Amino acid sequence: MNDLVSSVPPAFLKDGANPYPELYRRDYAAQSPAYAPIYKTSVLRSPRNALLSIDHSVSETTGPMFGQNELGMLDNDLILNYAKDGEAIGPRIIVHGYILDENGRGLPNTLVEFWQANAGGRYRHKNDTYLAPIDPNFGGCGRTLTDENGYYYFRTIRPGAYPWRNYVNSWRPAHIHFSLFGNAFAQRLITQMYFEGDPLIKVCPIIKTIPDEEAIQRLIAPLDLNASVPDDTMAYRFDMVLRGRRSTLFENRLEGN
Amino acid sequence: MSVKYLKETASQTAGPYVHIGLAPHQAGFDIFQNNFDNNLVSATTRGAQIIIEGRVFDGSGSLVRDALIEAWQANADGRYNHPGDRQKTGSVDPNFRGWGRACTDFESGIYRFYTVKPGCVAGREGKVQAPHINLWIVARGINMGLNTRIYFADEEKANESDPILRGIELKKRRDTLIAKPSQKDGKTIYTFDIVLQGENETVFFDV
Ligand SMILES: [Fe+3]
Repeated sequence: MNDLVSSVPPAFLKDGANPYPELYRRDYAAQSPAYAPIYKTSVLRSPRNALLSIDHSVSETTGPMFGQNELGMLDNDLILNYAKDGEAIGPRIIVHGYILDENGRGLPNTLVEFWQANAGGRYRHKNDTYLAPIDPNFGGCGRTLTDENGYYYFRTIRPGAYPWRNYVNSWRPAHIHFSLFGNAFAQRLITQMYFEGDPLIKVCPIIKTIPDEEAIQRLIAPLDLNASVPDDTMAYRFDMVLRGRRSTLFENRLEGN
Repeated sequence: MSVKYLKETASQTAGPYVHIGLAPHQAGFDIFQNNFDNNLVSATTRGAQIIIEGRVFDGSGSLVRDALIEAWQANADGRYNHPGDRQKTGSVDPNFRGWGRACTDFESGIYRFYTVKPGCVAGREGKVQAPHINLWIVARGINMGLNTRIYFADEEKANESDPILRGIELKKRRDTLIAKPSQKDGKTIYTFDIVLQGENETVFFDV
């Protein structure tokens, strides 16, 4: 993350105030519009009516919580978590970083899920018919909980690029899909991580749906040699940001507190 | 100079293979010991057990067979299983997290949740919200997850005073958020179809 905000104070809590106040309104200027014809599938799957803006109630400011006991020992190791008679094939990488909110605070104990194609660009999915072979030792998914500082990490192989039907000759840059929860249902987010230096990033219609160049840059994970394991595994750093919450300096009108 | 905050990460489509990560069994394989699914209840969950069932349609009226839908709801008392819920009435049900995820079936296009009917929930400024289930919908072609709510046709009175439903002027649009009950094999099924675009388009929220 280029500029970690340190000037924002932690939420001032009035005595007895709810520690989970309202969220900041979403900034749509840095988000893809629903209707983005460059990504053809969005044409018929985008609402035509304006979204109805609703004030936050407890229905939006709360969300599901998960425990370490729900995850398996190898859930964050894609090299081993589907190994049958050997390890997954491909360049070994670590992906790590922080899940932060817009105030720059780490989000602890939040579920992070991820999935990807194998090193040849093929998904273990019954609907994927790309001719690249399935890797018998690679499932392609994992999950982890952030620690008390919002930090997460997992190990995997670098996914391959793959073709898809948008234009004839459309190729997705290598990417890893991420699913994030935060601590409110209104923070729920799915995104994709790309790899520094990939020439396909510039020509990808799905990435081009994002109207803001800086927002695109934030989806590109830089190589992180300091976190690499010498003679073993390279590392990429990928921080993600979920919506922040208001400071409760004064009584707000969120009820049920 | 304005105060600087970090920016929310840009959303990207969940893609056609979202099942691998979030519902691997539907992708065609088993990998995790413990899977998250569409069953929110156990035998000991308090409240009236119900089934939510529906389909998702695109702007041409075709079934969306690759959608993933998550539900987040209060329990039968109207309480959310989260420390941010500080309502004074009712209590948290330790046997009910209130969250689940379902996929539309690759053939039939039908999704289902097994859950309990939620109670009324406190709204802002002393208002009361009618029983509802919060939904979040992702799929290939959806750039950012869509938020909506299921309300219940047999909660007419509560629906009439619900602050969200009251904010939707056209009755036809309001009706897109109301699930209708039916009985099958002694079970109560609420049908809730989601229309992404076009006539009868579901009301989606900027939450
Ligand atoms: Fe993909």
